[in-house]
Amino acid sequence: MKTIALLTVLAIGAFLLYGTPEFPAWGDPQAPAALHVSPYYIEHTIEDTAVPNVVTSVLADYRGYDTMFETSVIFAAGLACLMLLRRYQPKTQETRLYRHVPTGITLRIAQGGKIPEASDEFERIDSQWVPYDLIVKLTARLIVPFAQLFALYVIAHGHHSPGGGFQGGVIYGAALILYAVSFDLRSTFRRLSERTAILLSAAGVLIYASTGFLCMLMGGNFLDYGYLAPLLGGDPVMARSHGIFIVEIGVGMAVMAVMVSLYYNLASAGRHDEGL
Amino acid sequence: MIWPVDLIIMLLVIICGLGALAVRDLLGAAILFGAYSFMMCLLWAIMGAVDVAFTEASVGAGVSTVLFVAAVFRTSRRTKD
Repeated sequence: MKTIALLTVLAIGAFLLYGTPEFPAWGDPQAPAALHVSPYYIEHTIEDTAVPNVVTSVLADYRGYDTMFETSVIFAAGLACLMLLRRYQPKTQETRLYRHVPTGITLRIAQGGKIPEASDEFERIDSQWVPYDLIVKLTARLIVPFAQLFALYVIAHGHHSPGGGFQGGVIYGAALILYAVSFDLRSTFRRLSERTAILLSAAGVLIYASTGFLCMLMGGNFLDYGYLAPLLGGDPVMARSHGIFIVEIGVGMAVMAVMVSLYYNLASAGRHDEGL
Repeated sequence: MIWPVDLIIMLLVIICGLGALAVRDLLGAAILFGAYSFMMCLLWAIMGAVDVAFTEASVGAGVSTVLFVAAVFRTSRRTKD
């Protein structure tokens, strides 16, 4: 079986390499893709949308449909992971570990045992015990806010520099995942619960799609942001720029929430109590 | 473009890809795959596709490596084959 698979892969690879010389050379100005569509985007982006970064204007304006369904694909991936992995089961009485904060002593509470309620001196720790690490936690606490700020900058500055909703959303999600890795899953749930993550991912797709429908309500085509000018103020060109920004916010929200929710499900094997 | 740099990065991409396939330790494979993504990111940046390079760096080298590590943490670290 393995040899058949290897032979298939090798044959397909040979075919692909055989076809490669037929492609136009890299950066060839006479390539079919560079002859018809690209010059229009490169020449008209500024006067159409007032966005200096051509990639952003193509991604979110000229080809807004594609990006909307890419966002839906990511949303669907998050939902699929949730449905496959998430386990809803009643809280069983299991052995839990607690740390007595002032002394650093670890307590093992056997099944059904209780610690004094209303006591702030105990904090629950994961049963796959990791040593308390001050350096890791302090470093993460320093990095996370700047990573989040950088993510917001990447989303907002995608008009002028590389970046946009996808990258910014992923960086924001990575900051939250860094927090979850260096602290634990339960303290991350207090910041962003599972419910909020799912709602945010759906809301991101909703923002994108409803911007498109708003354009239809205002008399234009789907995702034709120029018709939002009466609502946003300014002329249609600036309205297209602002429309791109609104859509990027939606993409960023959806991507951030899906990344975090994927991590929640994978790291805790769907139980959402203890994790990496 | 400076072709020796290009060639070295190309070779590293191939080496990391093959290494990620060959390594028995799944955690090592995840790390090698992250290195592969980072080299791909450099390659995109060399070709001038900065947006794609940015996406590759954040998604490929960043979050997907963490997701792989989380999956390895919850399953097993050794492959069966």
